[in-house]
Amino acid sequence: MTTLTKTEDKPAPTGPEAFLSVRDLRVAFSTEDGVVRAVDGLSFDIERGKTLGIVGESGSGKSVTNLTVLGLHNRKTTDIQGEIILDGQELTTASEKEMEKIRGNKAAMIFQDPLTALSPYYTVGRQLSEPFMKHRGASKKEAKDRAIEMLAKVGIPQPQTRFDDYPHQFSGGMRQRAMIAMSLMCDPELLIADEPTTALDVTVQAQILDLLRDLQQEFGSAIIFITHDLGVIANMADDLLVMYAGRAVERGSVREVLSEPKHPYTWGLLSSMPRLGGDTSEALVPIPGTPPSLLNPPTGCRFHPRCRFRDEVPGDLCSTERPLLADGRAAACHLTGEQKQSIFIDQIKPRLG
Amino acid sequence: MGRYVVRRLLQMIPVFIGTTLLIFLMVYALGDPVAALFGDKAPDPATAARIREDLHLDEPLWKQYLLYMGAIFRGDFGTAFNGQRVTELMATAFPVTLRLTLVAVVIEIVVGITLGVVSGLKRGRPLDTGLLVVTLVVISVPTFVSGYLLQFLLGVKWGWVSPSVSSDARLDELILPGVVLALVSLAYVTRLSRTSIAENTRADYVRTAIAKGLPRHRVITRHLLRNSLIPVVTFIGADVGALMGGAIVTERIFNIHGVGYQLYQGILRNNSPTVVGFVTILVIVFLVANLLVDLLYAVLDPRIRYA
Repeated sequence: MTTLTKTEDKPAPTGPEAFLSVRDLRVAFSTEDGVVRAVDGLSFDIERGKTLGIVGESGSGKSVTNLTVLGLHNRKTTDIQGEIILDGQELTTASEKEMEKIRGNKAAMIFQDPLTALSPYYTVGRQLSEPFMKHRGASKKEAKDRAIEMLAKVGIPQPQTRFDDYPHQFSGGMRQRAMIAMSLMCDPELLIADEPTTALDVTVQAQILDLLRDLQQEFGSAIIFITHDLGVIANMADDLLVMYAGRAVERGSVREVLSEPKHPYTWGLLSSMPRLGGDTSEALVPIPGTPPSLLNPPTGCRFHPRCRFRDEVPGDLCSTERPLLADGRAAACHLTGEQKQSIFIDQIKPRLG
Repeated sequence: MGRYVVRRLLQMIPVFIGTTLLIFLMVYALGDPVAALFGDKAPDPATAARIREDLHLDEPLWKQYLLYMGAIFRGDFGTAFNGQRVTELMATAFPVTLRLTLVAVVIEIVVGITLGVVSGLKRGRPLDTGLLVVTLVVISVPTFVSGYLLQFLLGVKWGWVSPSVSSDARLDELILPGVVLALVSLAYVTRLSRTSIAENTRADYVRTAIAKGLPRHRVITRHLLRNSLIPVVTFIGADVGALMGGAIVTERIFNIHGVGYQLYQGILRNNSPTVVGFVTILVIVFLVANLLVDLLYAVLDPRIRYA
C-alpha cells in the first residue's frame, strides 16, 4: 500500500524504466575518531535485466552503498541522506518491517565470503528454506522442494542429500553456489553480489559467473556486481561505475569505460592490472600513494593528491573545486575533453597494450 | 561417537585413581584418626590397637588404599566414627545438595543468560556498563560475605525468608541459599554470554540472516543465541560439579545438611571415611559432568564430530 502512494509521489528522476535508483546518497558513520563519510553524493540507476558493475579500491564505499540499499547498516551510528528508490518505493525512510519484506524477497544479496556468511550450526537446506518460508508462507515441505530445486539449478550434485549437509561439508565453490541459491529462493528482482568470486579460484570463478549470467537471463533480475577485478567486470556487466573515496568518478557502458577510460583513477586501475599477454620485463604501474582517510578526505577532487595530471589543470582547481559527474557517459575530472583524449592516447594506451 | 565415549570413559580411570589417591594420602597424613575419635581423652592403648586393626590402620598406606578402593567397589564406603554408615550419610546429604545445585543452576541459566543477552545486545549503553560494574563487584565479593549479608538483610532484618533451612530442605527454602551459591557463577555467565553475543552480533552469518528478511527476534533467537551460547553451556556444565562440591560455605551459613556440611564435619572431626567417600563421589560427578559437556558440544556444533 505504501508502495503505491510512494510511486505517485516520487517518480524516478531518470525515467520510469529504472528499477533501482540511487540519488545523491550520503552515508556517514560516527566513530570514536570522528565522522566517516563513507559515501558522498552517489547517484546511479539500474534497469531490470541489466548488470551494473561497481569497481573501486577497498574502502571506496562500494560495499557500504549496497549494504545501505538493503538497510543492513548499523542504524544507530549511521546517518543516511539522499534517496534510494526500489521499484517506486523509498528505502532510506522505510521502516524495519517494510525492509524485512524486501530483503531476501524483492532484493537479495550474495556475500563475499560464503564460509562466514553461512551459519555453521544449521544445515544448508534449512538456511535456504528460511527466506522462502518467511516470504511465501510456505510449509517446510514446500520450502524443502524449492531449496532442492534451487540447489540443482546452481549445479550442486545430489541436492537431495546435500540438503541435509552443513556448510563445512561443502567446498568453497559449492558454498558460494549455495549462497547464490539462497539469494535466489524468492526470485529477487534485484540481486546485489558483493565480490561473490573474490574468495574463489579462477576456474570456479568462471563457473559462478556463467551461472549468474544464466540465472539473470532466466529471471530477468537486475544485478549489482561489486568487485575490484576489472577482468570479471568486463565479462559480467553492462554498465560500469568507478568509485573512489566514496564518490563515483566515472560511469558509462563497460565497453566505453574499459576501452576509452576518461578519469585518471580509471587509468591507474587499468595500468596496475597485469595482462596475460603482457611483457614480463615491463613493470606494472601502480597508483602512487594510498587511498585517503575518509575521516578527513582531501578537498576538491578527492583523487588530486595521487593524480599525476593535476598540473595540467589551470590554477588549483583540483584541490579547491569538486568536479561534477554528469549523467550518462561521464567522468568527474577537471581535465578538458581534449586533454583527456591526448593523455590517454599518448601516455596510457601504449602501456595497456 | 560410541568409540569416543568408550575412550573417554577409559581415560577417566587414571584420573579417578590419581585424585582419590591424593585425597586419601592427604586425609590420612592429617593426623591420627583414632586419637581424634577419643577427643580430648587419651585412648586406652588396647582399644586403640583393636580399632587400628579393625580399620586396617596398622597396614602400610598403599595397602590401606587398595583395601579402601576394594571396599568402595563393593559399595562399602566404611563407617563414620559416629557409627553411621557413610552411604547413609550420602543418601541424606546428596539429595539436599542436588536440590540446592539445581536451584543455583536454574538461577544461573535464567538470570545470567538473560542479563548477558540484554547486555550484549545493548553493548556500550548505560545498562551494559552498569551490568559490567555490578558483575565485577559480585565476582570480587567472597561468598561468605554476600551469604551472611543477604541472610542478615532478608532473613533477620526484613524477615522475608527464614534465615536457616530446615532439615527437609524444601525447594522454596533453598531459593536464598541458591542465589548466594549461584551469585559468582551468575556473574561469570552474564559476562560470558554478553561478550559472546556482542561478538556474534557483528558476525557475517547474522548479517546474512537479516539480509534474508528474517525479523529481528528470529535472527536473535535462531541464529545469534544458538551460536553464542556454546561457550556458556560449557561453563555451566563444568560449574555443576563445582557447585555441588563448593557449597561448603553456603551450606554452613544456612545450616543446610548437605554434602558441604558433611564434608565440613568430616574434616573438623578428622573423619577420614566420610571425607574420602564424599570426595570420591564428587570426583565422579565432576568427570561425568565434563564428559556430558563434551558430548553436548558435539550436539550443538555440527563441526565437531567425535570419531
